[in-house]
Amino acid sequence: MTGTFVGMPAFPTAARDALADSQLRGNLARATGTIRAKRAAAVAEVPEWEALRAAGAAIKDDVLLHLEDYLVQLEASLTASGATVHWARDAAEACAIVAAVAKAHDADEVVKVKSMATQEIGLNEALAEAGIAAWETDLAELIVQLGDDLPSHILVPAIHRNRAEVREIFQRAMGTAGRPAPDGLTDEPAELAAAAREHLREKFLRAKVAVSGANFAVADSGTLVVVESEGNGRMCLTLPEVLVSVVGIEKVVPTWADLDVFLQLLPRSSTGERMNPYTSTWTGVTPGDGPQEVHVVLLDNGRTRALADQVGRQALRCIRCSACLNVCPVYSRTGGHAYGSVYPGPIGAILNPLLRGVGVDDQVDSLPYASSLCGACYDVCPVAIDIPSVLVELRSQVVDAHRGGLPGGEAAAMSAASWVFGRARRLAAAERVSGLTGRLATRLARRLPGPASAWTDARDLPTPPRESFRAWWRRTGGGGDA
Amino acid sequence: MSARDEILGRVRRALADADRSSPPVSRDYRVTPPDGADLVALFVERVTDYRATAVVVPDADVSAAVEAALAGRRPIVPDGLPWPVDGLADTGQAAAELDAVDAVVTGAALGIAETGTLVLDHGPGQGRRALSLVPDVHVCIVRADQLVYGVPQAVALLDPARPLTWVSGPSATSDIELDRVEGVHGPRTLHVVVADSFRA
Ligand code: SF4
Repeated sequence: MTGTFVGMPAFPTAARDALADSQLRGNLARATGTIRAKRAAAVAEVPEWEALRAAGAAIKDDVLLHLEDYLVQLEASLTASGATVHWARDAAEACAIVAAVAKAHDADEVVKVKSMATQEIGLNEALAEAGIAAWETDLAELIVQLGDDLPSHILVPAIHRNRAEVREIFQRAMGTAGRPAPDGLTDEPAELAAAAREHLREKFLRAKVAVSGANFAVADSGTLVVVESEGNGRMCLTLPEVLVSVVGIEKVVPTWADLDVFLQLLPRSSTGERMNPYTSTWTGVTPGDGPQEVHVVLLDNGRTRALADQVGRQALRCIRCSACLNVCPVYSRTGGHAYGSVYPGPIGAILNPLLRGVGVDDQVDSLPYASSLCGACYDVCPVAIDIPSVLVELRSQVVDAHRGGLPGGEAAAMSAASWVFGRARRLAAAERVSGLTGRLATRLARRLPGPASAWTDARDLPTPPRESFRAWWRRTGGGGDA
Repeated sequence: MSARDEILGRVRRALADADRSSPPVSRDYRVTPPDGADLVALFVERVTDYRATAVVVPDADVSAAVEAALAGRRPIVPDGLPWPVDGLADTGQAAAELDAVDAVVTGAALGIAETGTLVLDHGPGQGRRALSLVPDVHVCIVRADQLVYGVPQAVALLDPARPLTWVSGPSATSDIELDRVEGVHGPRTLHVVVADSFRA
C-alpha cells in the first residue's frame, strides 16, 4: 500500500464523493448484503449465542481491567517458549523493531499476513524507506497493494473493486512486483485467485522473514493465534526462518481455555462460516517445525489512551470481525474510504478518536458524527460493544475540545443533544417511540448554532424524520438499492 | 525509561480510577452436547459443506480409501502414520522441494463434528506443518473415536504447547465480489477419510 489516509477530507466531504460513485455503492450494497445474510444464518445455528457474547465481553473486560498483570504474564510465557518480546510505545518504534529484525537477517523483503495492526502503524511504508519490500499475501490486500489503493473494509479490503477491475490491476501490476499475470487472464474469480497463487508462491518459497499480527495472544500459555481463509497465513507462519508478530496490547486473552469462546464468536461473526478454513496457533519456537526465530512486538500506539477512557475503554474488546461494518447503514452507502483510516465503519468511528485523541485532527473529530445511532452495530457485535453510547460520549468530548476550555452555547447544546440521542437510541431500540425520536432530534437540530467548528461542519445528515431510522430501515431495507 | 516500563506505567495510570472488580465469566455457553448425537454423520455433513470430500470406512479399508482419494498421485507420508500408505518419506525436504510433491497423507489430533474441522497438532503421523501445507492435495485420516462435538470439547483436549493447524475445508477466498473460490494458497483439494470399524 503506497496510498495513505493522511490528509483525507473529513467524513462528510469524503462521504459525499463516495455516495456519488454509483459503481462503488452497487459493489458495497451487494457485498454487505451477502455477508449480513451469511452471518445471520451462522449465528442462528447456535442457541447459546448470547451466552457466548456475554462470556466474550466479560473475558475481555477482565483482561482490560487487569491488563498490566496479563501483559507481564504473557511476556513471561512467550519468553519461556523461546520467543523474543519487544515493546513499542508507538508506530515508529514498532516499525523500527520490525525493520531491525529484517536487517539482522539481510532481508530486503518480507512476506506479510493480513494484519490490522501493521496497517495501523504504516509498516509497509516504513519498511520501504528502510529498503525492504513488504509483500501483502492476502488476496484482497494484494489487490489493494498492486492497485496502489487503500483498504476499505476490515475483512474484505478490496470490497470496492469488482472482478473486471481486479483483472485489470493484475495484468498491469503483477509484472512489476514479480511473476506477471498469465496471458489470457479472464475476470473469473477462480482464475484471478489462481493467478494470485502463482504470483505469490515464489515469494513464499524464498522469503526469509515473515510479518504477521495475531487475533489472540494467550497469557497463560504464550500462544499466538491467526485466523484466516486462504492459507497465505499458514505459508507466512510456517515457511520463513524468522517470524515477527505485531500484536496490540489489547489482544490478550487470559487462558488457553478462553479460546473456546472466541473461536466460535469470530468466524461466525466475520465471514458467516461455522469455522474459517484455517486457524494457526503457535507457542514460541517448535524445534524442527516452522520459524526458528520468533519475535513478538507488543504495541501500544494509543491503546493506553483508549484504556483511560471510562466509556470508550470497551472499544478495546473488539476482535475485528467487521460485522458492525456490514450492518451499518452509513458504511454500506459510503464505503470504507470515507472514514480515512484503516479502521472504518462503526468501530472506526470510535476507535480512531479513542486511539488518537480528539481536538487534534478534524478528520478524526468528524468520525463520531458518521452515524445515525441506530444501534445495529451494538446488536451484532460479538463482544457487545455499545458503540452508540461511545459515539455519544465522544461527540461531547469533541465539543469540549473545540470550545477551548470556555463553556460555550454550542457545547451545551451538543452535550444535551448527545444525551438525548443516547437516550433516544435506547428508546428506539425498544421501538415504542419511533416518532418521538424524530421530533426531539428536530428540535435540537434547529437549536444548534452555525458552522463554527468541525462538528457543525460534520453535521451533514438531514434532519431526522419522524419515523426512527431503525424503523425506516426495517421497512424499506434502506432505500432499495441493496 | 524502557518502552516496557513506560507502557506498563501508562496502563497503570489509565486504570487508576477504574473499578477493577471484574464480573465473573459465566461459562453457560459450554452446553452439554445433544444426547446420542451421531458425531460421524454430523462431521461428514459439515465437512462436505465446505466442498471437501469425506468417506467413512472400516479401519481395514483405510489404505484403499486413501489410494482412491489420491487418484494416482504420489504423496509424501509423515513418520508414524498408523495406516500403510505408499509414498515419499519426510526427509526434511525444503519448501521448494515440497512444492514439487503432488499430495500429502496425514492423520489428525481430533475432529470437531459441529464445525467440520480437523485439528492437526503435528505429532506422529501428522508431520511438520509444511508437509500438510505446500502439496496441493491433502488426504486426512481421522478415527471416529477422535471426533468431539464442538469447539469447547476440542479446546479442552488440545495442548497449546504444540503448534496447531485447524482445517475446515480446502483453502478458500471470498475476496473478489464475495464470490467463494476454493483453493488459494493452502491445499486446493481436501479429502477426509473417517476410520470407523463399528459402523462399516
Ligand atoms: S466492534 Fe464488534 S462488531 Fe465491530 S469489528 Fe469489533 S468486534 Fe466486530
